[in-house]
Amino acid sequence: MPLLDARNVHGGYGGMNILNGVDMAIEANEVGVIVGPNGAGKSTMLKAIFGLLNVSQGEILLNGEPIQNQPPNQLVKRGMGFVPQEHNIFPSLTVKENLQMGAYLKPDNVKRMLARIYEFFPPLYDKRHQPAGELSGGQRQMVAMGRALMAEPDLLLLDEPTAGLSPRYMNEIFARVKEINAAGVGVLMVEQNAKQALGIADRGFVLAAGQNRFTDTGAALLADPDVAKSFLGG
Amino acid sequence: MNELVFFINNVMIAGSVSGSIYAMGAVGVTLIFSIMRFAHFAHGDMMTFGAFMVLLLTTLFPQAGAAIGVPTPILMLPLAMVLTAGLAVGIDHTFYKPLRAHGVKPIVMVIASLGVTLMLQGLIRLFAGTGGSSLYVDDRKEIFRLPIPIEGVRMPVVITEPQLYLFALTIICVVALHFFLSRSRLGKAMRAMSDNPDLAQASGINTNTIVAVTWMLAGGLAAIAGTLLSLDVTFKPDLSFFLLLPIFAAAIVGGVGHPFGAVAGGFVVGFAESLAVFNWSVLLRPFRDSLPEWLALPSNLAFVGTEYKIVVPFFILVAILVWRPTGIFKGKVIT
Amino acid sequence: MTQPRPPSQQRADSVAAPRRFPLRELTLFLALMVVVLAVYTAMGSAYGTRMLVESACYAILALGLTIQWGYAGQFNAGVMGFVALGGFCAMFFSIPVNEAFWNSELPGELGLALLYMLAAIVLVVAASRLDRIGIPKPLRTLIAVVLGVVLYMVVINNFREVAGQIESQAGFIGGMALPVWFGWIVGGALAGGVGYFIGHVCLGLRSDYLAIATIGIAEIIKAFLKNADWLTRGTATVSPLPWPVPGPGEVGFTLARALYLSVTAVIIAVIFFLLHRAYNAPWGRMIRAIRDNEVSAAAMGKDINKRRLEIFVLGCILMGIGGAVLASFNSLFDPQGYLPLNHTFLVLVMVILGGPGNNLGTIFGAVAVYIIWLMSEPLALFLMQLAVDIGSATFGWDAPTNLDSRALQARVFVIGLLISLVLRFAPKGMLPEKVRHHG
Repeated sequence: MPLLDARNVHGGYGGMNILNGVDMAIEANEVGVIVGPNGAGKSTMLKAIFGLLNVSQGEILLNGEPIQNQPPNQLVKRGMGFVPQEHNIFPSLTVKENLQMGAYLKPDNVKRMLARIYEFFPPLYDKRHQPAGELSGGQRQMVAMGRALMAEPDLLLLDEPTAGLSPRYMNEIFARVKEINAAGVGVLMVEQNAKQALGIADRGFVLAAGQNRFTDTGAALLADPDVAKSFLGG
Repeated sequence: MNELVFFINNVMIAGSVSGSIYAMGAVGVTLIFSIMRFAHFAHGDMMTFGAFMVLLLTTLFPQAGAAIGVPTPILMLPLAMVLTAGLAVGIDHTFYKPLRAHGVKPIVMVIASLGVTLMLQGLIRLFAGTGGSSLYVDDRKEIFRLPIPIEGVRMPVVITEPQLYLFALTIICVVALHFFLSRSRLGKAMRAMSDNPDLAQASGINTNTIVAVTWMLAGGLAAIAGTLLSLDVTFKPDLSFFLLLPIFAAAIVGGVGHPFGAVAGGFVVGFAESLAVFNWSVLLRPFRDSLPEWLALPSNLAFVGTEYKIVVPFFILVAILVWRPTGIFKGKVIT
Repeated sequence: MTQPRPPSQQRADSVAAPRRFPLRELTLFLALMVVVLAVYTAMGSAYGTRMLVESACYAILALGLTIQWGYAGQFNAGVMGFVALGGFCAMFFSIPVNEAFWNSELPGELGLALLYMLAAIVLVVAASRLDRIGIPKPLRTLIAVVLGVVLYMVVINNFREVAGQIESQAGFIGGMALPVWFGWIVGGALAGGVGYFIGHVCLGLRSDYLAIATIGIAEIIKAFLKNADWLTRGTATVSPLPWPVPGPGEVGFTLARALYLSVTAVIIAVIFFLLHRAYNAPWGRMIRAIRDNEVSAAAMGKDINKRRLEIFVLGCILMGIGGAVLASFNSLFDPQGYLPLNHTFLVLVMVILGGPGNNLGTIFGAVAVYIIWLMSEPLALFLMQLAVDIGSATFGWDAPTNLDSRALQARVFVIGLLISLVLRFAPKGMLPEKVRHHG
């Protein structure tokens, strides 16, 4: 049974449909990467999974149970974590408080998970009493991912985690994503840096105009000349 | 030295009294602002309501306080706080929540809160009448005259019992608020929601709970401020309208969304008021004889007459909006 | 969204829709007329005409607010202040000259005091520019502040003295004995000036700040007018104020009020016409663009704040004129009579009930709400009396004696309830302003 299984998802904002039947499935030990041109519905798909917009048709299963159109806080309880692309930290709260908020629904987790997150992102330990808004972009992204991991999700959704970061930080984040996945968390992320992202992807989804264009393993997509020509800039 | 005592009585004590009241009002306003993003104009009437509840309870059980040796109104205060907190949550549920659900602009919420102001005012006047009444039904207001042990000082420092309660409660509230916001899970969640409501929701924080807690805090603080103000002077149904401007000025001076800034702002406004209406010629009087002939001292050297006291918070408000709209401690909500 | 639309759809969208039959407007105004006629038959024509004149004055105020709130989303919570300014000007310019003041030394002294004030302002401004001749900035600030405080004290004391002398020797400085309309115009201008100051400070900021600041300025204006006895006689009030038309003493109540009503009707018609013209001019198109879509309007450039300031000032001018006309009609200037409930919130209800941004709806709202307002007083008393009668008959309830004054408080509650209900259930008012798309 796949961890996440989305079938024929339609949805959008107001009356406008952005997703016109997207299929997406990943296993618990996989990293899934969504790529595609601007306006293809990549972030929209992530938001649809996390209950932030109305799914008008199709179904989304998490561990075999339907979850479409459930409110985000229910989904957090069911084992989903979401890191938005922007505004993904609480700037005036300290790093530690940011992380604590991630485990808001699972207060028993706090102590154990804090230690694990600090182990995972060592820079955060040194800055734990600093307001998160004062950190650098890469460290903020660590805070954001750490916050989502605090609830020990089965599935982590990342919306463009490397947007605006330097190549050094980008590789660092991708390495962390792999480690998170190795620790037993399924990851589904949207990426602009398609080549590098597909490099670490077990499963890649190329979306265009709200529909699947190509779906395969990351390596296979990278090797496919059609994908390379139309979506990876040659 | 007598002049200095006069200064202490009229500026230090008076300024601290109004400063404490404004501070507690401004904290509530700033909390509501940071969670719900609108200026809550009915806050003054929540204060009046709290004081009115105390008046009602004290009239019903005038002797209750004597049993444990505190004035009855103080004994009734916790109950009034609970009632006012309940009222605040009820008002939110009935009037503001449906509008929020429609996603109206903040300014529409402001108008809605004006509607609530009028309704509360109407109800309070309907039941309390329009005149003033003392909250001391069966007790007597203690007035402490502290003599200064210095040769030649005849004037004592005067402080009243409700003023002492006011100072004590203000300190307790500020400390308690600090611990609540920085230590408790709920308090941190509240700050998180004021920082980033969407992410707070995505973290599983129940925003409805936070909204309700905000109203309870604001309502409870409003009840304290209203009651102690009424104890210090008298209870009047139109107590509140004139408090709105200084309270908002205090919240904006402190940086909107910044509870401790609001406390500081409250004292800034309170002291500014009492300094502005203070007759400075009293302090200069001892030097009267050494002044040259052409500099005869006028008898009234106050910046503004008490009748124009409201100019002071307004001036502060305009000054801060012109020079530093984010407040002295950088606030969050400015656009 | 840039795809070309089929011509028919484009037409309906961007050009004014084909004139539909204004059924809703007609029905509402007919109903209103029936109510007005009922008041005329029940209370007599003198009362009815007075009611109409007053509601016409309120309609001018409401037009001012509907411009600010409906056109530009600015909420002015201090209508009362602008109304009071207008009322003051109507009084000051129209009432007879006070010979006791002008025949004494006092005008000279007052002029001198004002001159001192001017000189002090010039000095302080000059001190605040001292850094231009090489004085370090902190020192300049210190000098300017100390000088400001000292000069302020000197000037204000001088002024208090002169004001005290005026009050004791001549009562107050009296009026100008100028034509009534002159005071109305100056009232509008003065209100507009104060509006410019407030708008200048607040319009770039959150809309809530404007509401807070206007509440403050209204209370300050009232405090000033109430306490400046040398200028306004304060709580002693000034009356009678002359009318621009023959008064009741010459032609009788009904006719005099009817004449006054025609004056207000002309004013409203002129305002209506000018607003309509402006609304369809380039200026109005820009305003509507701002209202309909602030984001895209902001993309047009920084002019957006200037336009909003213009709207705000225009609204304040109308409030000043309306306040002046109202004060002249009441023939009384009583600073204490200006209450937030009667002169701010009542106007607000008129606007949101009638339809913010819709001029016709606003006038409908003004007349309808004013009638409700007037009728609610006897109605509240009647209900209260009924409650007392029943109460004392069945339970032997000993009612408080100040029931009359309490019954009036019910009106406060009703106005508040009305605001809440309209916001919740008819946020666009009875005659909603149609937001048209314009390419």
